[in-house]
Amino acid sequence: MSLKSNLHSLKEKYRGTKMAPAFNALHTFLYAPNETTQSGSHIRVVDDLKRTMNTVILALVPCLIFGMFNAGYQHHLALGDIGRADGFFSAIFWSWDNLVIGLWKVLPLVIVSYGVGLAIEFLFAVIKGHEVEEGYLVTGMLVPLIVPIDTPLWMLAVAVAFGVVIGKEVFGGTGMNILNPALTIRAFLFFAYPTWMSGDKVWVHGAVARDKAIAAGQNVDAISGETVLGSLAQNHEPAYSVADMFFGMIPGSVGETSTMLILLGALFLIFTKIGSWRIIVSTVLGALTMGLIFNLVVSQGWITESSKFFGLMSTTWWHHLLIGGFAFGAVYMATDPVTGSQTNIGKWYYGFFIGFISILIRVFNPAYPEGVMLAILLMNVFAPTIDHYVVQGNVKKRMKRLKVKTA
Amino acid sequence: MALLSKKDTKLITDPFADNNPITIQVLGICSALAITAELKASIVMAVSVLFVLGVGNVVISLMRNIIPSKIRIIVQLVVVAALVIIVDQVLKAFAYELSKTLSVFVGLIITNCIIMGRFEAFALGNGPWRAFLDGIGNAAGYGIILIIVGFFRELLGSGTLLGFPVLGNPIPGELTGLYALGYENNGFMLLSPMALIVIGIIIWIQRSRNKDLIED
Repeated sequence: MSLKSNLHSLKEKYRGTKMAPAFNALHTFLYAPNETTQSGSHIRVVDDLKRTMNTVILALVPCLIFGMFNAGYQHHLALGDIGRADGFFSAIFWSWDNLVIGLWKVLPLVIVSYGVGLAIEFLFAVIKGHEVEEGYLVTGMLVPLIVPIDTPLWMLAVAVAFGVVIGKEVFGGTGMNILNPALTIRAFLFFAYPTWMSGDKVWVHGAVARDKAIAAGQNVDAISGETVLGSLAQNHEPAYSVADMFFGMIPGSVGETSTMLILLGALFLIFTKIGSWRIIVSTVLGALTMGLIFNLVVSQGWITESSKFFGLMSTTWWHHLLIGGFAFGAVYMATDPVTGSQTNIGKWYYGFFIGFISILIRVFNPAYPEGVMLAILLMNVFAPTIDHYVVQGNVKKRMKRLKVKTA
Repeated sequence: MALLSKKDTKLITDPFADNNPITIQVLGICSALAITAELKASIVMAVSVLFVLGVGNVVISLMRNIIPSKIRIIVQLVVVAALVIIVDQVLKAFAYELSKTLSVFVGLIITNCIIMGRFEAFALGNGPWRAFLDGIGNAAGYGIILIIVGFFRELLGSGTLLGFPVLGNPIPGELTGLYALGYENNGFMLLSPMALIVIGIIIWIQRSRNKDLIED
């Protein structure tokens, strides 16, 4: 007997028992289920929820791999072991040394994220007696990519538990959640442990440890790993070129730095029709609009260099797309089909406001430099309202048409 | 003979469990969110409300036959206001720091929905003894939730209980206890949204233990 038929017969054995959902999840992860619909109208498709999720994970893999190399690169660069990489294909960047640090630091994040998250999903499935839902497959991959590299693993575990239970399971699991679970997890970390989520020490591996060594009296240099956003918020000129920002060779959360790879991921998601191009485009439009407004304010002379907002306001409008987690949020977070707007017109409003508010928060609240997280969570809450008015508007329009016809 | 008849006992025990003012009736949430970051403040608030509601219910119950129903809300407000001012002055005199922490929320006991709710729903229609039991019961039901929330928020948010560092010393350089292992306080616990989530979890636990409480 093959493995496949073995599994099928095992399923029969577990049917009806408490462990059935847990077993079924593993079973259908490996193979297509052997049940077929017997009655009613049905269609045959291959893009079930699991396939959808796997496509997003595929789109995330380049970011993950780049993030690993970047983690090592930033670490070695800060220590002064290596020089600046020139260009995307620089051998200094794609070195074995960098990858080792990246694997050592990033893989535990991935394992903890999946381990804790899936354990809770299985637990809830067994208690509630429903099938394990696939929603966490993407969340589990997103989470390690949007946290700083040195995040303590226990904090991540606590945050994942909180995000999955409070952000998703209490609402009824995948498909019922109001807030994006990955961003709920990040927001929890952000508010619970702010010293690990912001500032200039957490973005480069080793900076926190080095700080502690200095505090303990060792004679070593401090590592500064200030992000582009961080230095702009303090009216400093960032130490990175636009090419660095585009390629992603800058400090930041693990997988969010490379705008180029995110762009490739976006094209892949749009091509496979998994991600909504309307949301991505409108989010970018919203951010550019806000960026232009701020540039106008500066060029009109309404605000001068003495203002604490000057650094971020005078940032060239399209640079906002390259710095911080904006691109990552717009492509992988805002497009979440569960928490975003469902209607096509609604998606334009939803995305536009995400972009608009992201840059607004980013500029006016340097204490929360990552506006995109808060902007998406805020618009998640408003998405059903937007949809409601779009649907009502459509109803009204058609009622009018009906009246004209019958009159 | 038992001290309380069965019916009277229910007046006290009901608000603890199946008719809790906070978790079932969802009243008095504002103060439960605002002042539960410290256990001490929660306890003082609970005691204050216990006093105001216990005494207030008796007073209203005694006056129930002479209050014209058109102006009963005003009369109730005067009674609560008088009691709250007593509590406020006592706190200011004997626990000034604490009254600073509780700030406006002592004064806002006046507007606590539980108090007006019990006056309206119970004291106006029952004798003083039963009204007293009802007031004590409801205030205790409110207080117990406050204390549970305050316990978890202070423990997880500041690592202390009633101001005593129970999880170790968090000062950098001289870490002891859990902090030496890398533990850190959860700053989110000190923010009000987390109080709402903690109350939500209590409601969740209560309703999954007693399925009758689940509305459709």
